[in-house]
Amino acid sequence: MSDESPPAEQPQQRPEVLLLGPLVPFLDAALSNKFRFLKPCESSLPLLDFLAAHAVSVRVLLCSGPSPVDGDVLARLPALELVVASSAGVDHIDLAACRRLGISVTNAGSAFTDDAADYAVGLLIDILHHISASDRYVRRGLWPLKGDYPLGSKLGGKRVGIVGLGSIGSAIAKRLEAFGCPILYHSRTRKPSVSYKYFGNVRDLAAESDILIISCALTAETFHIIDKQVMLAVGKRGIIINVGRGALIDEKELVKCLMQGEIGGAGLDVFENEPVVPEELFHMDNVVLSSHKAIATPESFRNLFDLVSANLEAFFSNQPMVSLISE
Amino acid sequence: MESLGVLLTARIDPYLEAELDRRFKLFRLWELPPAQRREFLRENAEAIRAVVGSPALGADAEMIDLLPRLEIVANFGVGLDKVDLRRCRDRGVRVVYTPDVVTDDTADLAIGLAIAAMRRICDSDRYLRDGSWKGKGDYKLTSKFSGKTVGILGLGRIGQAVAKRAEGFGCPICYCSRSEKRHTNYKYYPSVLELAANCQVLVVACPLTEETHHIINREVIDALGPNGVLVNVGRGPHVDECELVSALLDGQLGAAGLDVFEHEPHVPEQLFGLDNVVLVPHIGTDTLETSKAMADLILENLEAHVSNRPLLTPAF
Repeated sequence: MSDESPPAEQPQQRPEVLLLGPLVPFLDAALSNKFRFLKPCESSLPLLDFLAAHAVSVRVLLCSGPSPVDGDVLARLPALELVVASSAGVDHIDLAACRRLGISVTNAGSAFTDDAADYAVGLLIDILHHISASDRYVRRGLWPLKGDYPLGSKLGGKRVGIVGLGSIGSAIAKRLEAFGCPILYHSRTRKPSVSYKYFGNVRDLAAESDILIISCALTAETFHIIDKQVMLAVGKRGIIINVGRGALIDEKELVKCLMQGEIGGAGLDVFENEPVVPEELFHMDNVVLSSHKAIATPESFRNLFDLVSANLEAFFSNQPMVSLISE
Repeated sequence: MESLGVLLTARIDPYLEAELDRRFKLFRLWELPPAQRREFLRENAEAIRAVVGSPALGADAEMIDLLPRLEIVANFGVGLDKVDLRRCRDRGVRVVYTPDVVTDDTADLAIGLAIAAMRRICDSDRYLRDGSWKGKGDYKLTSKFSGKTVGILGLGRIGQAVAKRAEGFGCPICYCSRSEKRHTNYKYYPSVLELAANCQVLVVACPLTEETHHIINREVIDALGPNGVLVNVGRGPHVDECELVSALLDGQLGAAGLDVFEHEPHVPEQLFGLDNVVLVPHIGTDTLETSKAMADLILENLEAHVSNRPLLTPAF
């Protein structure tokens, strides 16, 4: 860099960042001021060919959305040192391969924590109090015709089992404590600093919970961690809320359990094969369905921009990363 | 001793009805068409010594006057706006109601309505069910709830419960009440207009009286503004509903979560097409647990009355 850098850097002087996946326009514009994006999506070449031809000296990859960063991609990025993910979940990134290759990975850290936690609580109150279902009832003109809506179920006193007590899980717990819910949890490791009751596996957690909230990372170990046994354990009045990843739940089994009344209801922001959602769910009033938007607020995207920007700037000035994923 | 004759005004709750029938002599007012009710009351005036009323139909002056042997009115709910309290006092009629047991559900619903309205939970459920996620792509961005300033109108039991929950979301709390509550750290505003101008989510949680009728008027709605959210878990008449509808249609108010309306069960149809409102049919305390608790409290109060023991929850 020249000692007398002009306030607006020459385009050639902005550091190069490989961009996989589309960025929301606001992020694209804001980050393009500081970084020069290499965009395979603007080329007619297939991705892997593009990378082989143009990305040999790329040091940083900004991965937006669920674009996979797998072995094939990594093999064509011999100079890669850092993957910056724009999400909290990193199940689309081959973390083991990155570790082997000495590539650091950062994620969205706690940029989304509040919104994800708010949404989980919102889905839960909706299910218990029939908010969406009775809103539909009102809009169909049924209140004057058919009278009052059937009773819901009180939140206070219900045992809430949280699967994954990371940033989001902890934020959910803190909120629900104020509603009078005892909190239980399962996590990869026990957290000595919390007073909530710990369970070493999800089935035992489910057996003692009235409500299960899924807020853990999707990994090979947690794939379908909410299976039939867990659903039967949470029981016929049990509620399941998922703000993690669709594949944390055996979706086919969930639909069956809901249809057979083996669980009481579900609030789902994520699905195994988005945007495809099992149509059986469309006929149910004891589920609340959401199009993967728990964190889609301007505030979260602003936080994400700040975090991505901070990580990229730190990298290019040899400073420590802000939201490194630790294993 | 003659069994207590109890008039149940509306078909509120099957458990309550069954217990009243079992323990006392029950008269079911809703079984009569409205035109025949006055006559029904006259015919049974000697027997009816208690009225159990609901938010839909309470005990107004006319009813009280038709029941010369009335001793006690039991209100299924904490809002007493449908009971003519002055007439009861004048006649020496005791009034009981159901505070405390309704607090949690109502506060839970207030927060649930705020999040549902701001995060568009109901509308995106509709978006998904009608195939739009597949057809049109992701839903738009919605407003964050955590950290927004919550203004509470009425810092009684329910208002304080709302505050406690909102604090868990990092929301600064302010309030307007008849008098300042010095035991709290929340910021007090002496007028609802100032409250609305200084908060982003306004929750109505005060009793309905002559003073608070239409307390949420157009000026207050405008002060809340295009980024503001109104949550009403009080009574429909707290809000000037015409002005509310017009403000929502014009985009002058950001969003609303409404459990109550001026002319229940009728809800202004102009609201049905809006994505920034949540409309629920007065479900505030409609959970199995709370309905039973309310019914039990009514029954215990009536039992106490007939056995000359102190009432559990007298209204005055």
